[in-house]
Amino acid sequence: MSTATAPATVQPPILEDNLTEDPRRQPALIMGNHDYQSVTDKVCGLAERDRAPLGWHIAFWTSAVLTGFLMVLIAYLFWEGIGIWGNNQPVGWGFDIINFVFWVGIGHAGTLISAILFLLRQHWRTAINRFAEAMTIFAVICAGLFPAIHIGRPWVIYWLAPFPNQMDMWPNFRSPLLWDVFAVSTYFLVSLMFWYVGMIPDLATLRDRAKTRIRSFIYGVLALGWNGSGRHWHRYEVAYLLLAALATPLVLSVHSVVSFDFATSQVPGWHLSIFPPYFVAGAIFSGFAMVVTLLVPCRKWFGLEDFITLRHLENMNKVILATSLMVGLAYLTETILAWYSEDRYEIFAMDNRKVGPYAWAFWTMLICNVVIPHIFWFRSMRRNLVIMFIISILVNVGMWFERFVIIVTSLHRDFVPTSWHMFVPTWVDISMLVGSFGLFFFLFLLFLRYGPIVSVAELKAEMPSPREAAAARERRHG
Amino acid sequence: MADASNSVHSVYGLLAEFEHPEDLLHAAEKVRLAGYSSWDTFTPFQVHGLDDAMGVRRTILPWLVFGAGAFGCGIAILFQWWTNAVDYPFLISGKPEWSLPANIPVAFEVTILCAAIVAVVGMLWLNNLPRLHHPLFRSERFRRATTDRFFLAIEASDPLFDEVATRKLLESTKPSAVECIEDTT
Repeated sequence: MSTATAPATVQPPILEDNLTEDPRRQPALIMGNHDYQSVTDKVCGLAERDRAPLGWHIAFWTSAVLTGFLMVLIAYLFWEGIGIWGNNQPVGWGFDIINFVFWVGIGHAGTLISAILFLLRQHWRTAINRFAEAMTIFAVICAGLFPAIHIGRPWVIYWLAPFPNQMDMWPNFRSPLLWDVFAVSTYFLVSLMFWYVGMIPDLATLRDRAKTRIRSFIYGVLALGWNGSGRHWHRYEVAYLLLAALATPLVLSVHSVVSFDFATSQVPGWHLSIFPPYFVAGAIFSGFAMVVTLLVPCRKWFGLEDFITLRHLENMNKVILATSLMVGLAYLTETILAWYSEDRYEIFAMDNRKVGPYAWAFWTMLICNVVIPHIFWFRSMRRNLVIMFIISILVNVGMWFERFVIIVTSLHRDFVPTSWHMFVPTWVDISMLVGSFGLFFFLFLLFLRYGPIVSVAELKAEMPSPREAAAARERRHG
Repeated sequence: MADASNSVHSVYGLLAEFEHPEDLLHAAEKVRLAGYSSWDTFTPFQVHGLDDAMGVRRTILPWLVFGAGAFGCGIAILFQWWTNAVDYPFLISGKPEWSLPANIPVAFEVTILCAAIVAVVGMLWLNNLPRLHHPLFRSERFRRATTDRFFLAIEASDPLFDEVATRKLLESTKPSAVECIEDTT
C-alpha cells in the first residue's frame, strides 16, 4: 500500500501557473483549458471582429496622422534638400543615420526569436514569434526609409544598384556603405519571406472561417490554396527549418555590416574592432525591449494572457538583462581599448563623450542601458508588468542615445580643433523621428487588426492532444 | 460494375474525418500498408510522426537550396570581380582592385538571399501551390481541416481505389465520418 501512495507525495504539486523554477517539471506553454478550437477562436476572433475597440481607433488614427506628417516632411525634404536637417560639417551624419541604426537594431529581435530560438528548440518562442516578426518587418521599413531619403539626390537612388548604365560605371563593392545596401535589403526580404511562410497555415484558417465573400477571397489568395496536406507539411517544415538556418547567420551579419560603416573609417571613437559584436548585442537588447513594450499592453488588450504568459515575459526580461551586461562590457572595452592604444585622439574621443558638451547624452545612455536593467536581477521585478514596461521603454531611450553618442560625439570633435562644430537637431529632425514611430505603429496596428497575431498552427503543435490533455486532467484530479 | 466505373470518374475520392491526431496516425499507417499511393492527410498543424506513418519520402528541397546558395555565392564573387577589377577598375584609398575579403559581405548576403528565395519558391513549387481551388474545398466538413479536425483522403485515381472496398478500409480505422467527394471538373 505504501508503494502505491509514495510516488504521489514525492511528485511536486501541479501548479496552476507556469512560473515554476523546478527543472524537473516542463512548464506549460499555454495556460487555461484550451483545445484546438478555442485557441483558433481566440486568435482568429481578433482578426474577425466587425468593429475594432475604441482604443485601437485612437491609436490607429493618431499614428496615421503622424505617418501623413512624415510623408509631408519627406516631400519638404526632397524639395528643399537636406539643409533642413541639423547635419553640418563635420557632423555629416545626424538623426538620419541615428534613426536608421536605431530602427534596424530593433528589427533584430523578430528574426532572432523566430530563427535562433527555433533552432535552439526554445518552444516558448511559439506564442510570440509572429508578433516579433511583424515588429521586425515594420522596424526595418522605418530603418530603410532613412538611408533612402538622406542621400542628397534621392531621385538617383537607383545608382546604388549595380546595373549596366550609359555612364559605364559600377558601384564600388569595396565600400561598407554598399555592403549595407545588400545587408539591409537581404535582411528585409528574408524576414518578409520567413514571416509570410509562417503565416500561410494561419491565413488558410482565416480563409476557412471567413463569413463574408471579400474576406474569403482576400485570405484565400494570401493563403495560396494551403489545405494542410501531410505531404505539403513535410516540405513546409523543411523549408521553414532551412529559412531559420539561413536567417540565423543573416541576423548576426546585418548589424555587423552596419557597424562596418563606422569601424572601417578613421574617425576616433569609430575605428574599433569590437564594433560588430557590440552592435549585435545592442540590437538584440533594444529589439527584445521593444517586443516587451509591445507585448505588455497587447496581451492585455487582446486577452492573450493564456498564450503570452508571464513566463514568456520573464524570459524576455532575462535576455534583456543578459544583453544589457554585454552592452555594458562593450562600453567598458571601448574605453579600455582607447586608453591602452595611447592614441591621443581615441583617448580624447572617449573623454569627450563622458565630460564634453554631449556628456548628458552619454550618461543618459549609460543609466538607461547599463544601470537600470539590473533591476531585473530581482524575480519580482522581472514579473512586474508595470516595471518591465517602463524599463523596456527606458532601454530603447538609452539605445537611441547610444547611437547618438556614437555618431554625434565622434564626429563633432575629430582631429583638428578648427574643424570642430556642434550638432543641433532642427524641428524637422525631431518631427521625422516622431513620424517614424507613427509609421511603425501605423503598420503594426494594421497587422494587429487583420492578421493572425499569434502563430495558431505552431501553437497547436505545441499543445497536448485532446487525449493527452484528458489524461493529464485525470492524473490531476484522480 | 459498369455503373460503378462510370461513377468513379466523377468522384474525386473518399474523405475520412478524425477527431484525434492519434487516430489519424493509425489510419495513415493502415492506408499505407494497404498499398495505396494517391492519398494524403490534411491536418491543422504538423502532426508529429505523420511523415513516417505516411511514408513520405524526404524532399529534395535542401539540395535545391544548397544549389541556389552556391550559385548566389559564385555569381556574387564573379560579378564583383568583373565590375570592380575588370570592367571599371579604379583606385580608391590605395586598396587593391581585387581582394577577396572586401567582397565577402556582399557574397554572403547574395548567397543567403538566393538560398532563401529558392527555399520559399521551391517549397511552393514542389507543393503545387498556389492552387486556389481544390475538390476537397467543396466539402463543408473539410473547412475544419485548418482548425481542429484531421482528415485522410484517398483519391479515385489510385489504381487500388474501389468505392466500396476503400470505404470499408476507411471505416475500419474508426473515423468520425466518411464522405465521398465529387469532382465536377
